[in-house]
Amino acid sequence: MADTWSIGRYTFTSRLLVGTGKYPDFPTMQRALVASGAEVVTVAVRRLDLSKTGEASLLEWIPKGMKLLPNTAACFTADEAIRTARLGRELEMGDLVKLEVIGDRRTLFPDVVGLVAAAEVLVKEGFTVLPYTNDDPVTAKRLEDVGCAAVMPLGAPIGSGLGIRNPYNLRIIMETVKIPVLVDAGVGTASDAALAMELGAVAVLMNTAIAEAKDPVLMAEAMRGGVEAGRKAHLAGRIPMKLHASASSPMTGLIGS
Amino acid sequence: MQVRLNGELREVPEGVTVAGLLGHLGVKAQRVAVEVNDAVVTKDRYESQRIGSGDSIEIVAFVGGG
Repeated sequence: MADTWSIGRYTFTSRLLVGTGKYPDFPTMQRALVASGAEVVTVAVRRLDLSKTGEASLLEWIPKGMKLLPNTAACFTADEAIRTARLGRELEMGDLVKLEVIGDRRTLFPDVVGLVAAAEVLVKEGFTVLPYTNDDPVTAKRLEDVGCAAVMPLGAPIGSGLGIRNPYNLRIIMETVKIPVLVDAGVGTASDAALAMELGAVAVLMNTAIAEAKDPVLMAEAMRGGVEAGRKAHLAGRIPMKLHASASSPMTGLIGS
Repeated sequence: MQVRLNGELREVPEGVTVAGLLGHLGVKAQRVAVEVNDAVVTKDRYESQRIGSGDSIEIVAFVGGG
């Protein structure tokens, strides 16, 4: 049976979700998106530049069949995030939203009070809400309680590439909530993505680690491999860590014994 | 009449509809979403909803993001 996962009424095979920001150009982004194997790509909602209405649109460069996940990035209040989510729904004609309510410009850490408030409103309006949140199990539970379809704790600050800074909290979140847990943000390289999956995340969402790599297309391929390897290792069940050695070859029958 | 369009004061034709405004600006309606005075205008209302003097209008589109 295929190893699929679901959010709300959507079912996916790929466990790597990717962003569309920060690429050097649209052709590179398109090749990286294809190489990632992602089925879901995030997009931001911004004022149209009315002086450049004839220019190529991002959407023309996103491969057909990829599901768009509008975000509310750079919203600093629940009200801004709610308005942005509604505009994103009108643009995408779908109900998925990656909900961000940011509390601090330097770290881009979430304002979890605003986040829970915005999530509650959007769930009531019929949105399938995927909140970007702290690695805090209590907040994750609150988000589940108000009806979020998944919870997306950070591995480290957005774009930092610091990797999975608190694997223990991520594990606790996975034990605490029944909704899918996706690790969103902080991943720097393929081993970070593998670690997130080994911990039991259902998927990983990233942007900068691919878009700002020296070779974004090759890194997209590496991330795809990292996510797949981590997922398989999680399913396979790793051995417990031991302090001392456990020989792989027989200790008896040695010559001269 | 004057409106606030994407944060800037602009002159637009008196009594123009949302569809008329998008046409006036050379914007393809399928690519954008429109908000008038903080409320989304769904595409089925573009032909009927008129813009009033002093209205605050936001026209948005998707851009790259994470």
